[in-house]
Amino acid sequence: MLKIENLTKIYEPGGVLALDNVSFEVPDGQFLAVIGLSGSGKSTLLRCINRLIEPTSGHIYLDGEDITSLNPEQMRRVQRRIGMVFQHFNLVSRSSVLTNVLAGRLGYVNPAWSLMNRFPKEDMEKARRQLERVGISDKAMQRADALSGGQQQRVGIARALMQDPTLILADEPVASLDPVLAHSIMKYLEDINEKDGVTVLCSLHFLDIVHRYADRVIALNEGRVVFEGLPSEIDDKKFKDIYGRDAERVG
Amino acid sequence: MEKKTASPLRSLGVGLAALATLVIFAYGFEITQIDLQELQSEERQTSLVRVLRALAQPELIEYEQDEQAITSPVYVGCPDDGGVPEAPDTAEASGTYLVINPLCAEPLEAVQVEGFGFFPHSRGPVRFVPGSDPANTVQLGRDVALTDAEGHFVVSIVLPNRPSDEPQFIRATMRRNVGAPRFTQTAKDTWDKIVETVFLALLATTLGTALAIPVSFMAARNLMKGVRSPLASIALSALGWPAGMAAGVLVTGLIGRFSASLATNPLANIAGLVIAPAAVWGLTRWAMPAEETRRPGRGLRYARGAGLLAAVLLGFFTILQLAELTSTISLAIRPALGPFGFLAGFLFQVSDILRISTPVAGALASGGVVGGALGRVGQRLAERGSVTAVKPINVLLSAVAGATILFLAGWAVEWLYEIGRPEYTIWAPLGAGAGLGALLALLTPAKATLPIGLVLYTITRTILNTLRSVEALVMAIVFVIAVGIGPFAGVMALGLHTIVSLAKLYSEQVESILPGPLEAITATGANRLQTIIYAVVPQIVPPYISYTMYRWDINVRMSTIIGFVGGGGIGFLLLQNINLLNYRAASAQMIAIAVVVGAMDYLSSVMREKYV
Repeated sequence: MLKIENLTKIYEPGGVLALDNVSFEVPDGQFLAVIGLSGSGKSTLLRCINRLIEPTSGHIYLDGEDITSLNPEQMRRVQRRIGMVFQHFNLVSRSSVLTNVLAGRLGYVNPAWSLMNRFPKEDMEKARRQLERVGISDKAMQRADALSGGQQQRVGIARALMQDPTLILADEPVASLDPVLAHSIMKYLEDINEKDGVTVLCSLHFLDIVHRYADRVIALNEGRVVFEGLPSEIDDKKFKDIYGRDAERVG
Repeated sequence: MEKKTASPLRSLGVGLAALATLVIFAYGFEITQIDLQELQSEERQTSLVRVLRALAQPELIEYEQDEQAITSPVYVGCPDDGGVPEAPDTAEASGTYLVINPLCAEPLEAVQVEGFGFFPHSRGPVRFVPGSDPANTVQLGRDVALTDAEGHFVVSIVLPNRPSDEPQFIRATMRRNVGAPRFTQTAKDTWDKIVETVFLALLATTLGTALAIPVSFMAARNLMKGVRSPLASIALSALGWPAGMAAGVLVTGLIGRFSASLATNPLANIAGLVIAPAAVWGLTRWAMPAEETRRPGRGLRYARGAGLLAAVLLGFFTILQLAELTSTISLAIRPALGPFGFLAGFLFQVSDILRISTPVAGALASGGVVGGALGRVGQRLAERGSVTAVKPINVLLSAVAGATILFLAGWAVEWLYEIGRPEYTIWAPLGAGAGLGALLALLTPAKATLPIGLVLYTITRTILNTLRSVEALVMAIVFVIAVGIGPFAGVMALGLHTIVSLAKLYSEQVESILPGPLEAITATGANRLQTIIYAVVPQIVPPYISYTMYRWDINVRMSTIIGFVGGGGIGFLLLQNINLLNYRAASAQMIAIAVVVGAMDYLSSVMREKYV
């Protein structure tokens, strides 16, 4: 279970308040959508959970362990169980697809061997299985930047799966894809959530996608939680609370 | 938008600026002594013409030459009796002769010299031979004669101001090339030196590049700014580095002595070379399992640490044994190799390099291990201890670390300047370091982390910028003193300059990589080194190759002139010939430089297109 308690992040210098006393809980196996305008703190929230960004104050409990107090070495052992999927895929474009996927194992393998690009046999097989699962096993030896956007995001998902995650943080995973591709990517995340029981925190822009895939929704506005509940509970009034009075529903 | 209006004040400003520019340029002319009059003076022009003509005739190819020298009398100042001397007709019998017309003339008057029966199409000087000193000849302006197809030439020469009643002489020495052309000694020397030049550039570039890569990571802000440690960790690590380096030198020295004594027996040497690597392999396999999902117990971790230490020591032993074996082999096979003896020489040098670099590598490795381990101890201390306990420990450790650092700095100053006042160079830094360290510990909260990464980054940048401002030629002068005149000094100077300038360029490339992949790899739980290898390195390969090529071009150019200060290569030969006014030889070297630089430029542009 993931439990966020009074999480606050202030970006220095400038003192921009990105997260303002955010608290919520995510039960194991839930598909939680995080919505809100650009700049509302969605990305900061997700990155605070695996401490890519150091929170200013507050606590994050993952399976009862307060991960905000861990030292870097201990944190790496937590990070390797948290997969992350990015809006711009964040693949290493000059490396092969296989290397990109294997990189998901870096937190587990012996650093000395991995520096020489040597991975255990089981990991190589695992990587091929993950590529098969996302349907691009034939692209394993291609350079990552030779793939289309949708294919690159699948590599990103395969990389996250290599971590044997209990939690996946997806930061607007479909925002730079067309609607058809967006659904195919969301289906993989749904599959992972349902079949493997992985908890998914996914920030999203489009409400139709939220309705279609999410179990529960959290909405942020200027760093504060302004809505928490089922997707179906977002009526016109709630919508205006989340997106502002001038916003209009299109989805 | 504001519209610019022409106000009188503005016009005045422009006028004053123009005036100031004029004054600055006028002063610049004065300072740089620009003087076109000098260029037009006849003296300068003659020497310029002479040099340009010599440069146009590089001394590359020479022939065997046949020579015909004919001497014929002439009178400078006609005899007082008015009788014109008879033309000698002895020469006519031989078929090759000179006809001088008139046979007598006043000093500084012109006479016409006509030659018959010489080699066709030969050339050579026509000179005056004074009667008083027949061993010497006097050059008479432009005096080169060329014969036509019949071996005939006509030149007009001005007699020198050497009047005499005795007959004096004019000698025509005509030469023609026979046989096949051959390279001159100059050409051979130039070839030797140009080969030296190219290899000088090659070694400087490879060595410099290899060392610049790790330094460039230290000088990249985006990699270093996230590195933070608690004070206790920094202080212990700062103590651990010098202690570890000293221990490393000591231990590798011991291993070296043992290895040398063992290697006196070749069989033991070979046995050592078989057993030690096998042990290293086995130990690393055991101590570094490929993948672990659970953290092993404490006892096993310590045992593995000990195993790795043994493996590293055995690794150094293996390297030293290899060095001993290669030097034995190279000495044994050198005579048998004949013209390929340089291969044995190379082997010998490699074994020497291995032997010299082992203590350095040992010091760095041991410094890193001890510094890193103590740093970890400090990290634990800062995390687990209570604030009241950590604070005094911080003060103590930080004071000791500060004292050590400034003591080492003071010792270096003492060694350099031989001040001989230990109260200033040893005790004062010791006290000041302790005071500053304690002050730092008192001012920072006990458990706060300090941006040590940024400090290291700043130090690295400062050192790079300082060294980069020293020209490679100046560095070469220092290295010539350190290792003697020759290409080795040039390699060291160019190599060092390559390190500092490439590290700067490289680090800028590291700073401009995409942050996304870096973030993604960090998120998988990879450690710092893994992040660099998997997220940074793939992104910087193309610019690194491109900058290395660029540096290679520079090094080829620099290596051609590093010889000016004794750094080896063709520059020394060029400077020597210029100083001896031997412009035809210098011309050969200039052509060689032009060809090599052009060829290397072309080569690197081809490679750039292919790989970048």
